[in-house]
Amino acid sequence: MSYNVDSKGYYGDFGGAYIPEMLYPNVEELRQNYLKVMAEPAFIESFNALLKDYVGRPSPLYFAKRLSEKYNTKIYLKREDLNHTGAHKINNTIGQILMAQRLGKKRIIAETGAGQHGVATATVCALMGLECIVYMGAVDIERQAPNVARMKMLGATVIPANSGSKTLKDATNEAIRDWINNPVNTHYIIGSVVGPHPYPDMVARFQAVVSEEIQWQLQEKEGRKDPDYVIACVGGGSNAAGAFYHYLDTPSVKLIAVEAAGLGVDSGESAATSFLGKEGIIHGSKTLLMQTPDGQITEPYSISAGLDYPGVGPMHANLFKTKRAEFIAITDDQAMDSGLELCQLEGIIPAIESSHALAVFKQKTFKPDDVVVVSLSGRGDKDLDTYIKHFKL
Amino acid sequence: MNRIQEKLKTDKKLLSIYFSAGYPSVNDTVEIIQELEKNGVDMIEIGLPFSDPLADGPTIQDSSTQALKNGMTSELLFQQLKSIRDTISIPLIIMGYFNPILQYGVEAFCKACQDVGIDGLIIPDLPVDVYDENYKHIFKKYGLINVFLITPQTSVERIRYIDSISEGFIYMVSSASTTGGNSGFQTEQTDYFKRVANMKLKAPQIVGFGISDNDSFKQATKDTKGAIIGSAFIKHLSVNGIKNIDTFVNTILH
Repeated sequence: MSYNVDSKGYYGDFGGAYIPEMLYPNVEELRQNYLKVMAEPAFIESFNALLKDYVGRPSPLYFAKRLSEKYNTKIYLKREDLNHTGAHKINNTIGQILMAQRLGKKRIIAETGAGQHGVATATVCALMGLECIVYMGAVDIERQAPNVARMKMLGATVIPANSGSKTLKDATNEAIRDWINNPVNTHYIIGSVVGPHPYPDMVARFQAVVSEEIQWQLQEKEGRKDPDYVIACVGGGSNAAGAFYHYLDTPSVKLIAVEAAGLGVDSGESAATSFLGKEGIIHGSKTLLMQTPDGQITEPYSISAGLDYPGVGPMHANLFKTKRAEFIAITDDQAMDSGLELCQLEGIIPAIESSHALAVFKQKTFKPDDVVVVSLSGRGDKDLDTYIKHFKL
Repeated sequence: MNRIQEKLKTDKKLLSIYFSAGYPSVNDTVEIIQELEKNGVDMIEIGLPFSDPLADGPTIQDSSTQALKNGMTSELLFQQLKSIRDTISIPLIIMGYFNPILQYGVEAFCKACQDVGIDGLIIPDLPVDVYDENYKHIFKKYGLINVFLITPQTSVERIRYIDSISEGFIYMVSSASTTGGNSGFQTEQTDYFKRVANMKLKAPQIVGFGISDNDSFKQATKDTKGAIIGSAFIKHLSVNGIKNIDTFVNTILH
C-alpha cells in the first residue's frame, strides 16, 4: 500500500477533482502536462539552480543541542525558515512559476491567508516578469499590513476578498473564480497541497526537496538516512507534505502532523481539522473539512494565520484515516510557549506555525536515542506583533 | 416520462428561472415558484444555498449567504416543498453544490427529491465521470435527471461524452465566467451556440449565464432550446421582494 497519490488523483478515499465544468480545461491541461514537464531535464536544471542560488538551498539540518538536552532526545531542525522570503512556501512557487512558463501562461493568480504565500508568489513573478494578482481576505489585509506592503513592493496587485468570512477560504474562492473568468492565459499558483488534482500532488512534489535533503543530511550527521520521527505542522499541509514525502512509504519513520487547536479542540475556536472535520468537498478536493451538519463550511480559528484553514490536504486526510501519521492538536498558548522556548534555547525565532510543531515535545516523550526531525517551516519575523501582544513584550 | 423530458418535447423556446431558496425571506420559496409558474415560466431551478459557491458571482453569492443567514437548510427546503406538487406542474430542478448533498447523503437526498416531486439536479462541482461511475444508478433509482454543463472551452469530444450520458438537456454556459457577469452576447458566443447546435446532439441545449432581458433571451434561444436566468432575477428580488414577479417575467418574454 502506498500513501502517495494514485493514478486517478486520490489518496485512499481522498482527493480527486470536484470542480465545475468551467474549470475542467484549465485543470485538465495541468494534469496532462505536470509530470511530463517536471521530468524534463531543462526544467529540473532550472528548478534546482533557482533553489540553490535564489532560495539558498539546501537549507541546513541543524542539531539543536540545548533543546535536545532539555527533552532528552536528539532533535534536528530542518531550517526552512532560512529560505528566501522566510518559509518553505517559496519551494512551491519557484516550481509553479517555471510550470506556468512552460505552459505559456502570462498572468499569475494566487490566494493568501497571512500573506506568506502571496509574498512568495509575488517574489517569483517579479523574478520572471509576470503579472501577479493575489487574492487576500479583507479581514486578513487589515491584520497583515506588512505582507500586503511587501507584495505591493514586489509589483503584485492585491485584491481584497469581500465574500463570505473574508479570510483564506474566501480568498481561495475568489482566486478560483478569477481562473474561471480567465481560463486561457492564467495560471493559478495554489499555496498548499489542497485544491483539485493534480495540485496536491504537484505541490507535494515541489516541496519534496525538503525530505530529499533530510535524507542525505541525516546520513552525513547520523550515518542513517531515516530518522525515527518527522514532526511538522499542518494547515493545508504543504510543509508537512514536503517533510514527509520521501518517508511516506517507510513505516519505520513515524510521522507526526501537528494541527492548531486554537483555544482548545472543543472550544469552538479551533482549526484542528482532522479532529473536528468530516469528509466533504472543499476547493475541489474530497478531504476532511470543518462544516455544519448541513454541509456549510465553517470558519476555523488559530492564533497562527498559516494554520487557519477549514480543510486539510487529501494526502493528510488519508494519513489520518489510515493512522499512518499521528495527529496532535496544539493550543495557541502551548505553541506560543514553545516558540519562546526555542528563542531562548537556540537563538531562533520561529514562525508561530512552526512553534506548533515544537510544542509536541511537551506532549510526548521520546527516547534518548530517538532521532527526531522537526520541520521549522518559517521564521517568526512576520509574527512579532502577535508575540509582542501575547507576552506583553 | 420525467417532466423535464416532456417539457423539452414542447415546441417553444423555454424560459427557466433560478433563485436561491430561502431568499429574500426564508419562507418565500413556495410563493416564488407559484408566481413564476403563473406568469409563464417553463422550468425552475431552486438553488440550494452553499457557504462557498465557487462558480457564482457576487449576486448569487450574496443571495446564498443571506439565505443561510435566514436559516435555510436542505431539510427545511424539503419541508417547504412537501406539497409543492399540489399546485405546481412545471419541471423543478434543484441546483446546488455537492458538499451539502454529500452530507445529507446522496441517496437520502435523491429520495427526498423524488418524494416532493423534484425532476432533476444540477450539481456544478460533481464531475461528470464521478457521477457516471458512482452515482448514476442512484439518480436513476429515484427518477432524477442530472444536468451537465458545457462551456466555450469544452472540447468536441467531451461535449459528445456529456451528450451521451445526458437524459435531459445540456446546460450551456455562455462564456468563460462566473454567474452574473456581462449581459448580452458577442459574436464569439453566438458562434459557439451555432457550433454546438450544428453538432446535432441528442440532448437539447439551454443557455445560462448572461441573460437578463428580452434581447439577450432572444439571442440565446435563436439556436438553442431555451435560456436560464439567475442573477437578473435575484437582483429583481433584492429590490422588489416577491412582488412584481409578473413584470419581471413579462420583460423577459416580451
